[in-house]
Amino acid sequence: MEPSPQSPQGSLFGRLSYFTDMLAWPLRTSHYLELVNPLWTTHALQARVEKVWDETRDARTLTLRPGLNWRGHRAGQHVRVGIPVGGMHYTRTYTISSPPERDDGCITITVKAHPGGRISSHLVRQIKVGSYLPIGLPQGDFTLPDATPVRPLFISAGSGITPVMSMLRSLIARDRLPHSVHIHYAPHDYDVIFGQELKALAEKHPHYRLKLVFTQELGGQPSGNNRFTVEQLQSLCPDWRQREVYACGPASLLAAIEANWESAGLSRHVHLERFRAAFSAVPADATGGKVSFARSSLTVDADSATNLLRIAEDAGLNPTHGCRMGICHTCDATLKSGCVRDLRNGNVINETGQLIQICVCAAAGDCEIDL
Amino acid sequence: MKTHTLPVALNDAELEEFGREMDAIREDTLDALGDKDRKYILRVIKLHRSMDFVSRMIIFAGLFFHPLWQHAWAGQTVMLSLFGIGTLLLGMAKILENMELGHNVLHAQWDWMKDPSIHSSTWEWDNTCPSDTWMKSHNIVHHTWTNVVGKDLDVGYGVLRVTPLQKWNPLFLPQMIYVFFIMMLFEWAVALHDDHVDEWMRGKRSFSQTASVFANIGRKMWRQARKDYIAWPLVGLLVAIPIHLSGYLPVLGPTPDILPEVFLNVLLANVVANLIRNVWAFTIIFCGHFPEGTYNFTESQVEDETRARWYIRQLLSSCNIKGSRTFDLFAGNLSYQIEHHLFPDLPSSRYPEISQRVQALCARYGLPYNKGSLTRQFGTTLIKLTRMSFPGGSTEQKIARA
Repeated sequence: MEPSPQSPQGSLFGRLSYFTDMLAWPLRTSHYLELVNPLWTTHALQARVEKVWDETRDARTLTLRPGLNWRGHRAGQHVRVGIPVGGMHYTRTYTISSPPERDDGCITITVKAHPGGRISSHLVRQIKVGSYLPIGLPQGDFTLPDATPVRPLFISAGSGITPVMSMLRSLIARDRLPHSVHIHYAPHDYDVIFGQELKALAEKHPHYRLKLVFTQELGGQPSGNNRFTVEQLQSLCPDWRQREVYACGPASLLAAIEANWESAGLSRHVHLERFRAAFSAVPADATGGKVSFARSSLTVDADSATNLLRIAEDAGLNPTHGCRMGICHTCDATLKSGCVRDLRNGNVINETGQLIQICVCAAAGDCEIDL
Repeated sequence: MKTHTLPVALNDAELEEFGREMDAIREDTLDALGDKDRKYILRVIKLHRSMDFVSRMIIFAGLFFHPLWQHAWAGQTVMLSLFGIGTLLLGMAKILENMELGHNVLHAQWDWMKDPSIHSSTWEWDNTCPSDTWMKSHNIVHHTWTNVVGKDLDVGYGVLRVTPLQKWNPLFLPQMIYVFFIMMLFEWAVALHDDHVDEWMRGKRSFSQTASVFANIGRKMWRQARKDYIAWPLVGLLVAIPIHLSGYLPVLGPTPDILPEVFLNVLLANVVANLIRNVWAFTIIFCGHFPEGTYNFTESQVEDETRARWYIRQLLSSCNIKGSRTFDLFAGNLSYQIEHHLFPDLPSSRYPEISQRVQALCARYGLPYNKGSLTRQFGTTLIKLTRMSFPGGSTEQKIARA
């Protein structure tokens, strides 16, 4: 997991493990501590699932206890979580929904199972209390500044509520909740993640204005046109021009928000949180395409039959390689975006960040390789 | 039509069809990989780490029973039994780590899991050979050019004559003595088994050009030696503290001499454990490509080689050892050497089931499938190596038939 946690420098364990690591070579002391308690490891951070709680019909909050090397997060930051599905290790990013002020050493992530999403469904339905998941350290700059903004406007939709929730909980825990407006889009009243808690907050804190917008009737019928518009914004939050905006939700909502504030000339007041897609779309007629070699800043055309190692060599690169027939894995390189096809079986590989054997893969549409 | 020069009775078209059937076995196995396989490798990793730790603790416990401590429980028998058990267990842990974990993970057999901690690019093994050096000499050179004289350095490892296709010279006469040293010092021999080192030995490469390779190997050797022959024996000395506190080690007097002996005891246990691993690994690996019935090839035979022909060459180059599942585990499933060479990057735990399909496939195409007991495979290897130390031998390739 990146960034990989290191033993704290100068700590007693750090100094002791300098010597015990000599005994454990080529492993580290931490590999043996893992046998006793996976939370004591320093070579890779893991978290134990302490509790699961269904927020809505398809969203679940997982309470995680991270290992000793965890460092605190800032409200709004996200964390990478490793999920084993069908023997394979997938990495997904989830926002931490608990506030940094939580003092039992646990964090929560809230995951919505996307229809057809294998990984999110697995996380929501299959992960049991007591299992261990590899996690990274908290990352991300979608955070409130240390000096709390005077008048924030939060806009969230669906599971985009999670960073906002962490921020709100943190502000309240520190008794520093400013006058805030929160517009949240959800299918209906029973499908609002953290719905009960948000309403209780709104009742208790007159400074916090919650505006729930429902996009469906109970039963799944769309109710009118309740998507984001300027008119809607004007009626829900008339002073939106004077506010600092923090928004998280689907790409279409974020695009509409960006466009609106841009046309008002207020772009610098908008803070958006968006996650990169984990998979690239497979082009319908994947017959070659443009291959970019990211580290060499070089782009060349490739057909669908020539392997990428050959393409790279013809372009003047000299990637490390061995057997040229897909058995030695010397030429493995990271697919940064786009799709490639494995020439041995015709399978299309489109997962960002996956290692591909360039000697037996050809371009399937445009792609970017870390070479 | 038959344009290939491989020693099989199949024509080109039949040979390509054989290749397609092999590809199908590979694809089916890849599709079937899942949670079960992940659980398997995690279990083996856990087993190795537990065995490793427990064995060292047993050796350490043995030190408490040294007769010179003069407490009621002290005695030669208890001490030596604990040393024996601990050393054997440590040797087995090292075997498991080198064979089923190191060798197979470095073959990228578990890369499909995409788990960064069990990945060929990050794994390092408990062996004096650095993993990157080994992946080059083994994955690239040996697995691509298996048994091709002049290309595959594993054909004789640069010092032995294993096939009549190699020209004889008088240096091969005492080669059974070399074999003995390779057996005892196997991990060190593997570490120096590198194409650059080989070129340097033959004078085709200057020392300065090879220095970085030696530095890399030397660093790994030092860390291995530091662990087994310095750090753990020093930890053994800690036993003096509890013994002293309980009053059995007088501060003055002749007994402090015992401390060097404690150091040597632990050192010896580590040396023996490494020897156990060396002899075992040597035995399994020398049964892979040298027993009676294996073929060697010339460079002209592999010109313009197709994938199907490569499969045939791997099949004719390798042999399996019959044994129990426990034997397979400690052989790193190299008892399925044929399957390993056909599909070097498929997880070893799948070799037994792949083997059934490969055997049936070979039977249908009338191709041999070389499997035998450890005695047969190792025995014929020794006979062949002895014979090859003398000049001559037929270079004619008989057509391989089932």
